[in-house]
Amino acid sequence: MAADNKDVDKLLRGEYRHGFVTDIESDTVPPGLDEDVIKLISRKKEEPAFMLEWRLNAYRHWLTMKEPQWAHLHHQPIDYQDISYYSAPKSKKDGPKSLADVDPKLLETYEKLGVPLHERAALAGVAVDAVFDSVSVATTFREKLAEAGVIFCPFSEAVKNHPALVEQYLGSVVPYSDNFFATLNSAVFTDGSFVYIPKGVRCPMELSTYFRINASKTGQFERTLIVADEGAYVSYLEGCTAPMRDENQLHAAVVELVALKDAQIKYSTVQNWYPGDAEGKGGIYNFVTKRGECRGERSKISWTQVETGSAITWKYPSCVLKGDHSVGEFYSVAVANNYQQADTGTKMLHIGKNTRSTIVSKGISAGHGQNSYRGLVKVAAGAEDARNYTQCDSLLMGDKCGAHTFPYMEAKNPTARVEHEATTSKISDDQLFYCRSRGIDPEDAVNMIVNGFCKDVFKELPMEFAVEAQRLLAVTLEGAVG
Amino acid sequence: MLEIKNLHARVDGKEILKGLNLTVNAGEVHAVMGPNGSGKSTLAHILAGRDGYQVTDGSVRYEGKDLLALSPEERAREGVFLAFQYPVEIPGVNNVYLLKAALNAARKQRGEDELDAMDFLALVKAKMQFMEMDPSFLNRAVNEGFSGGEKKRNEILQMLVLEPKLVLLDETDSGLDIDALKVVAKGVNKLRDPKRAFVMVTHYQRLLDHVVPDQVHVLADGRVVKSGGKELALELEKRGYDWLKGAAA
Repeated sequence: MAADNKDVDKLLRGEYRHGFVTDIESDTVPPGLDEDVIKLISRKKEEPAFMLEWRLNAYRHWLTMKEPQWAHLHHQPIDYQDISYYSAPKSKKDGPKSLADVDPKLLETYEKLGVPLHERAALAGVAVDAVFDSVSVATTFREKLAEAGVIFCPFSEAVKNHPALVEQYLGSVVPYSDNFFATLNSAVFTDGSFVYIPKGVRCPMELSTYFRINASKTGQFERTLIVADEGAYVSYLEGCTAPMRDENQLHAAVVELVALKDAQIKYSTVQNWYPGDAEGKGGIYNFVTKRGECRGERSKISWTQVETGSAITWKYPSCVLKGDHSVGEFYSVAVANNYQQADTGTKMLHIGKNTRSTIVSKGISAGHGQNSYRGLVKVAAGAEDARNYTQCDSLLMGDKCGAHTFPYMEAKNPTARVEHEATTSKISDDQLFYCRSRGIDPEDAVNMIVNGFCKDVFKELPMEFAVEAQRLLAVTLEGAVG
Repeated sequence: MLEIKNLHARVDGKEILKGLNLTVNAGEVHAVMGPNGSGKSTLAHILAGRDGYQVTDGSVRYEGKDLLALSPEERAREGVFLAFQYPVEIPGVNNVYLLKAALNAARKQRGEDELDAMDFLALVKAKMQFMEMDPSFLNRAVNEGFSGGEKKRNEILQMLVLEPKLVLLDETDSGLDIDALKVVAKGVNKLRDPKRAFVMVTHYQRLLDHVVPDQVHVLADGRVVKSGGKELALELEKRGYDWLKGAAA
């Protein structure tokens, strides 16, 4: 089949468009990790004592842990002492108070990325928090959100201004001892977003955070916490990009979601970290822990992710369905092109009665990419009438890539209904020729085929981002047509 | 409209076409017949621009242009249409979506505005009715799970929507029951027009009962060894191909 798919191969040589570096003065601590570095981070952030203690507990626990090896991933060992754990753009002492205080170069960076921070130019109805290296540089629409009682701010600000909320919920879904990367994050996380939606409030706009790694030799460790109080609703989107660098950079984030009774959280990700070049050099190592807890009755958490970037993706956005009648959803498109590797999926833990979960995973492998779906559906003994439906589809482009599926199921209650469907298909030169012989350009043909494959996931994204995701996928998989 | 001169072509180093000549004028329907391995399908694929064939000699002119210099999509937009012998399945892509993209590519080439969704649907539904196809076809994925007959009908539907100038039918009759054959023939006849030409590659006479050709050519060993009127097909039906082999020598 090798000769058969040269057209497909040719179409796969895309280019990364966000690979520029912003030349900006940074305050970066030297590489290395010990208790002093953690104390320094905590001091720079002017954190209350409980935070420092939590960080140090995490760090001491981390020292006893080993990197997990079970994923279907291969990479050079990560030297944790060669990473800088804090980098921030140098700016006026207390950091920007409003957009007017933000370094114009930073604003320019986000403009280039297509993230409009100027409120008047912002996408209608989307509030944006922008995190540049380790710190949050701008959050838009804050006043309008405050009117509704919604708190949407950089994590470091929440620690200062809403310590009680942070102390109550931080680590309540992903404890600091959870896993190697989450524990590291707990020790050194520098910023991220904090969201609190009060009882009965429907957040009046989409909330969104854009993460950008800029400095070299730094890791990015952000932490996001979203709490939807009883009856509240919020839709949240995160986007991520990084410059092209030859070295691998570590990104180890934690996201915790808490949905109380009748609350709904919709969390969408468009992840486009630098994937490395066509030979597999450089790129982001993306080791992320995302988990949501449906704590109350009839609560609902929905994860949608479009993962096109990173050299390595290791993430399993999960739902703990504690409340009776609670609902968990996971919709995923993961792309592994060139030498990218993705090991991603979800965990659905059914604990409450009549809990339901849906998993739709679409893996696209191209070039030498390796794409694995790894998912766990667990039904606890007390979870009467739990239901799960899993659909897992793989699309192969070319013949040097791989698709793997690792579904795990544990049902401890006899009333559980767990369904799993899986398919594997291929874009062949025959399909390309068929489309071309109907007058369709080869890039458009690949696009059409890939988008058709991803349709079930894209329809879960907020409208503007569905368009962005389609565009991104096109860029990731195509580009130069010879 | 189509002028093939001394066409030589190879697949994987093996010469399949060995000096093929064929001229097709606008308004004509030509049947190309011949035994297995004579090069019939190769001819159709080369005309549509499929990869994997090396043309070593000869020329193909289409409306005065060098057809072989054009990419498959350019040929399609210039009005060349191949109805595939084995139409490929494309999961997840709606029939209607592919058809709309194809039509708008052709319209753009002709300097016409793209059709909006409403006008397009009205157009396609009318053609589907003519082809006796269920409307649910539109929202199914391209050829996915279609029976052999459904796939062929779908090819003819695409032809009716795109209204090409030169239609290549590659064994469109194979695998069809008699009712489906009649519907397919009806579609082809509907498009017969003084400005349009057809090249039908087929094994059997039975399609030619329903789509009566102006000329019949017999291909053997990569060359046209005999040409004639519609009676030639009937003679082939009776006598087979053996009596013609070596005729070109």
